[in-house]
Amino acid sequence: MSSDVLVFVEQRAGAIKKASFEALTLGRELASGLGGSVNAAVIGSGIAGLASEIAAYGAEKVFTVDHADLELYTGDGYATALSTIVSDTGPRLVLMAHTALGKDLGPRAAALAEAGMVTDVTAVEVADGSVLVTKPVYAGKAYKKVRADAAPAFISLRPNATPASESAGAGETVSVDGPSGPFLSVVKEIMAASTDSVPLQEASVIVAAGRGLKGPENWKLIEDLAAAFGPGVAAIGASRAVVDAGWRPHAEQVGQTGKVVAPTLYIAVGISGAIQHLAGMSTSKYIVAINKDADAPIFKVANYGIVGDAFEVVPALTEAIKAAVH
Amino acid sequence: MEILALVKRVPATDCKIKVAGTGIDPAGLEWVMNPYDEYAVEEALKTKEAKSGSVTALSFGSSATEKILRTALAMGADKAVLLQHDGDEPDALAVSRLLSDKIKELGAEIVFCGKQAVDNDDMQVGQRIATILGWACVTDVATFEIGDGTWKATRDIEGGRESVEGSVPVVVTCNKGLNEPRYPNIKGIMMAKKKPLETVPASPGDSGTQVVELLPPPARPEPTILGEGSDAVPALIEKLKDEAKVL
Repeated sequence: MSSDVLVFVEQRAGAIKKASFEALTLGRELASGLGGSVNAAVIGSGIAGLASEIAAYGAEKVFTVDHADLELYTGDGYATALSTIVSDTGPRLVLMAHTALGKDLGPRAAALAEAGMVTDVTAVEVADGSVLVTKPVYAGKAYKKVRADAAPAFISLRPNATPASESAGAGETVSVDGPSGPFLSVVKEIMAASTDSVPLQEASVIVAAGRGLKGPENWKLIEDLAAAFGPGVAAIGASRAVVDAGWRPHAEQVGQTGKVVAPTLYIAVGISGAIQHLAGMSTSKYIVAINKDADAPIFKVANYGIVGDAFEVVPALTEAIKAAVH
Repeated sequence: MEILALVKRVPATDCKIKVAGTGIDPAGLEWVMNPYDEYAVEEALKTKEAKSGSVTALSFGSSATEKILRTALAMGADKAVLLQHDGDEPDALAVSRLLSDKIKELGAEIVFCGKQAVDNDDMQVGQRIATILGWACVTDVATFEIGDGTWKATRDIEGGRESVEGSVPVVVTCNKGLNEPRYPNIKGIMMAKKKPLETVPASPGDSGTQVVELLPPPARPEPTILGEGSDAVPALIEKLKDEAKVL
């Protein structure tokens, strides 16, 4: 076992996820605390060119598994490739982003390594060689501190929870032989959502709405407010009530049986703030609540509140934000 | 076809969680089947309707979990098995090993479970079981279609959706929206009382990680009510510019 940290770097079609740079940055800090170095693993097809981008965030070695059969994600294929690097290099920690791909891959690779894993992590500390990991549980109604002392320990990091910063490493590329198909499961096709929409968990601003909007036909109001922040900035969220009523798709649901989000700014329009909704958004940096009921629980977690009718307040806010942004 | 649904007993999502040591204060909590596991049970029942066979509900947990397994039986599962353990909950590494052994013993070919349990929000057990058993796995599925020794699924990813295909045996972890879980009717509840529910004592092996403490969430800053109606908008814009610095 070494004191090194291995970071799985996620790429889709040659583009590295921002959350992977966050993982590299934290990996670099943890490696320095442990007295080792941070290395990276990247898996895919035609990915050799990514090494310099990865090295910019501190990777000393970049292990690449480059195979045509690994172009699109395959759970068992990627897990086998990653676990080969883990068993060859014996890292103390294996880090990755808690994304759709990371959530699927991490526990599989941990199972192959017969290792423990802590998922959806918001902080990691090293003290006297011991690794202490913090993760939200009950959708954020509580936080759990977990000791991960057996090596290797796998950790997936919540996107946006830790910063990304550059600090160059040597970036020596090491090519690793990977598995070839057929695999037990393979991604066949990726269907992108409309090009101008921002993924909820990656957005820096979320405009979410609930029953206060009275019907699905009124969501133009919310779309306009989101658009006022400029292209590619704000995503649209929804309360469970409006998802269960069929007004909005489940992909937009924020809360304990939807997505847990932590944007810089969360604007809640006509959302009363049921406990399971609050669990999903109360780690947002700034929360704005607009609700006509002054006693609505949403105001208790909000930084700023406006008591009023969404149909009056939102258009005025949209115009004011447009003016401030342009 | 032997079909399995994994279920877990968790506090209902509308419950307040009070921290007590490394665990939670059980006073006043309502315990339910993990909401995502309801989709797993429903998908297992639909798969039985399409392919015939039998559905077993399997759980790891305390003796109180029997009530949750009865709910699965009332929904339509044929039998239930509880791996009973009343002590501290081991981590996903240890739980997955126990469940994998039982799944192998039961001869299942397809396992449905929730994409995560809403207590630990771990999202590990399904993937680990598939890996231990050497099976295919698809997680967080929005749609699922079983074929002849094959399956097709779609799942939400950042900025879209992907389609996934693979072979049977398979572990499928279910997201909300996959189906509409049926409610147990009176007849189902009556029949559930007579269906077999086997309780087996379980001795989990070592965990890979140890819980040190449970903490309440960080406190939010004191809220500022800026005013009423659109007259308060300029004050909000000032705050967003000067304090939040998002504009």
